Amino acid sequence: MKKYLNLQDIRNDIDNGILNCVDLVNGYIANIKESDNLNIFLEVFEDSALRKAKEVDEKIKQGTAGKLAGMVISIKDNICYKGHKVTASSKILEGFESLYSSTVVDKILKEDGIIIGRTNCDEFAMGSSNENSFYGNVKNPLDEDLTPGGSSGGAASSVAANLCLLALGSDTGGSIRQPASFTGTIGLKPTYGMVSRHGLIAYASSFDQIGPIANSIEDINLILNVISGKDEYDSTLSKFSEYDYLELVNDVPRMKIAFLDCYLNHSGINPEVKAKTEEVIASLKSMGHKVEMVDFDLLDQLVPTYYVITTAEASSNLARYDGIHFGYRSKNAFDLESTYLKSRSEGFGPEVKRRIMLGTYVLSAGYYDAYFTKAQKVRRLVRKRTKEILKEYDFIISPTTPHPAFELGSQNQDPIKMYLEDIFTVQANLAGNPAISLPIGKTKAGLPFGIQLMADDFKEKSLLDFSHNLINNFALKKA
Amino acid sequence: MISQEIVDKYEIVVGLEIHAQLQTKSKAYSSDPNEFGVDPNTNVSPITLGHPGTLPRFNKSTLEYGVRLGLACSSKINYENQFARKNYFYADLPKGYQITQDKTPLCTEGFIDIEDDSKKHKRIGITRIHMEEDSGKSIHDLDPYNTLIDLNRAGVPLLEIVSEPDIRSPQEAYNYLTEVRKLVRYLEICDGNMEEGSMRCDANVSVRIKGSDTFGERTETKNLNSIRNVYRAIEFEAKRQIEILENGGEIHMETRGFDAVTGQTISQRSKEMAHDYRYFPEPDLQVVFVDENYIEEVKTKLPPLPNELKEKYINSYSLSTYDAEVITEEKYFALYFEELTNSTSNYKSAANWMMGSIKSFLNEQAISIQEFKIKPSQIAELIDLIDEGKVSNTIATQKIFPAMLENHETNPRDIAEKNQWIQQSDTSALDEFVNEVLEKYPEKVKEYQDGKTGLLGLFMGEIMKLSKGKADPKLTNQLLRNKLDL
Repeated sequence: MKKYLNLQDIRNDIDNGILNCVDLVNGYIANIKESDNLNIFLEVFEDSALRKAKEVDEKIKQGTAGKLAGMVISIKDNICYKGHKVTASSKILEGFESLYSSTVVDKILKEDGIIIGRTNCDEFAMGSSNENSFYGNVKNPLDEDLTPGGSSGGAASSVAANLCLLALGSDTGGSIRQPASFTGTIGLKPTYGMVSRHGLIAYASSFDQIGPIANSIEDINLILNVISGKDEYDSTLSKFSEYDYLELVNDVPRMKIAFLDCYLNHSGINPEVKAKTEEVIASLKSMGHKVEMVDFDLLDQLVPTYYVITTAEASSNLARYDGIHFGYRSKNAFDLESTYLKSRSEGFGPEVKRRIMLGTYVLSAGYYDAYFTKAQKVRRLVRKRTKEILKEYDFIISPTTPHPAFELGSQNQDPIKMYLEDIFTVQANLAGNPAISLPIGKTKAGLPFGIQLMADDFKEKSLLDFSHNLINNFALKKA
Repeated sequence: MISQEIVDKYEIVVGLEIHAQLQTKSKAYSSDPNEFGVDPNTNVSPITLGHPGTLPRFNKSTLEYGVRLGLACSSKINYENQFARKNYFYADLPKGYQITQDKTPLCTEGFIDIEDDSKKHKRIGITRIHMEEDSGKSIHDLDPYNTLIDLNRAGVPLLEIVSEPDIRSPQEAYNYLTEVRKLVRYLEICDGNMEEGSMRCDANVSVRIKGSDTFGERTETKNLNSIRNVYRAIEFEAKRQIEILENGGEIHMETRGFDAVTGQTISQRSKEMAHDYRYFPEPDLQVVFVDENYIEEVKTKLPPLPNELKEKYINSYSLSTYDAEVITEEKYFALYFEELTNSTSNYKSAANWMMGSIKSFLNEQAISIQEFKIKPSQIAELIDLIDEGKVSNTIATQKIFPAMLENHETNPRDIAEKNQWIQQSDTSALDEFVNEVLEKYPEKVKEYQDGKTGLLGLFMGEIMKLSKGKADPKLTNQLLRNKLDL
């Protein structure tokens, strides 16, 4: 099967009678089987995907098909789909089947999207290399010795390896953008409160946001139309969550763009990544946009603040996995307390346990104010400062990650080093604003890396228009 | 044993925490039905089960009920309401945390008026009232090997009502709880049944030497399941603490349980073992703002409150405190009386009917006033008949009221007329009876006239017999005297 880069190409071939959804799904399933060694999919929903494909083919014939007809989508293994297994890549949920569908899955199916399977990720979305999955790490399809990034490593890889057209991931501190950067795909973290979290297995509730990974801005834009918007099941959704822009604008006006000095001059940044970012800045200027350096003095606080609050929320969110009502229960348990201790000790992986302990600690009496209260204050400062910048500038531009994909096994012994992977991405999660990673960079060795654009809350429309334009310009240059 | 003299040196200090289960249609954070007595684990959606990916949805009725109680206790209603998570592991707590309120309780600085031990008015401060959810139920005594868990109750909305340590005796605690229970029943937010667990109480008890201005170390006795047991637990716990102090010991902060069979409190958990609940703001729910308009809206829907009614009955209707208390004990009983007093201004008589014939009938039948078929207007008509002198009290209570119970459609005037129970107040008919009786007992007449005036009763009785009870007693008395007192 040929590699499709956007839904329009698929629809053209369907309209021309040379493709139908069943063949398309079978084609992707064949690709998945071929690339089995990459460990991208934890499960292929072959039956339900083919059933849906048949249904959509029929609807296309009758002219009643929805907006996503022809779009084959993978979902990260922390998104619930009724009657299907969902494990958050954890042993503690091994074999667990969801009793209900997440709002995003319902919305996708209603618009005739086809869900092909669930993708591997870091356990409970905690990680930056996909090495924290109980079911083994994902290998980067571009180079099997490298990590695809995390936590949505399977999601990004499923798109990069042509195993589906679009993937849904979740982004708590960069979990969509960093793997997108490492796999040469586009990844969007929408504004917090844009996409319903109902049916997303929680890691850190005030950060988590579902978002798409794809090869084209058009598809990202289309799926955002479908999955965003009101949902009575998620009370943290914003009243501005409706996104209703099917058309992308080709000619964007002149924009004001900020770049943060401390990001670009960060000691850990790879020189090629830095050079490329500077090159993009220069060409944006030459296109007539106003690009200026802006001070941001909270960079060193971002990662610690992020880890205090997310682990606090996680320690509470993960309390429900206790071996009592569902999920893994230790066979060695003999009473209530040992059921908790043994089930959780045996069921959770080391990184999840580390974060639960850290979160429990920062919420404990005597430490609460020093850590949790303080981190919340810093978070407010980050939000305030970010908003100030985005009031004056349309976008903030930076690399998505300090460096391209690293080797599997090279960092997983050093949690602090791993946590610093998120240094450029956590700002958008702390502040809540949208951010996108665009596959613009490439090292001499041929490894992709992303450029990140951040916009103000609910400015996805201008963010996507501008991204579309930027990608087209850089793609043209490449040619 | 410690002598009463020593006990009297001490003052008991009590603060109560009450959990009132709200009678909302659905649960606090899901649309699962909130009902008692259905099959175990049937009102349980993935949200109640705490399944992965589920989020709470706030039920606005919880807020309304909370504001109702807050207003009834003259509390300040908090504008910005944040929810918080209280984290602890227990088998009947599926999420591993309870959604509650921590730093921003819905209501603060309220009060409830009670009577102290010498029946004097006393005000008990309400520190806070906040919204939270109930846990499920662990059932330990149904299966010999396993604890069974019913999650129907998980997520049922609760109000926690925390009093100031203003209570000074077991009787005051008893009175306070009775008042709170009456209030939640009037407001129809909770059925107040402590035995069924829909109202539960924890008692914080300490003692100090009278006149001391610092509090002693306190203990918390949990899960008291009747007002009587709250009384007993406080009484026992205070004595226990006094004994320890008198023997040179110290009180340690701890959680205790109460054994209703022995009447003793038992240590359960010391302070060192106390949970660290790690409260933090609930990130899955937005802050709920309660503005003035909303509060006004709830205020206009408030029913009359027991204390307001009681005061009205004492001050405007001139009823005794006792009568006013009995009538306002139960909401619909009081509302019946309200309707009754709209149709008659003989409040005293109305009160007597309520507390006499009507209450006895309800008790006899074990029914509530809402099931009572006779309308207040019919009782008012009966009172009028008496006041007009048409029927005697005896005829009204013993003949007409029972007939109305038999056939509640007919009005009392028709019943009286049909049965010829209307009192004879025309003198010619009565004259005949009087003459007849006096002729029948000439010797007694002589005795009377010789000074044995007590015989008047005998003549009255005979005349009543002849008239089949219809003779107007006042008139008869007058006629008799006229004839006898020559």
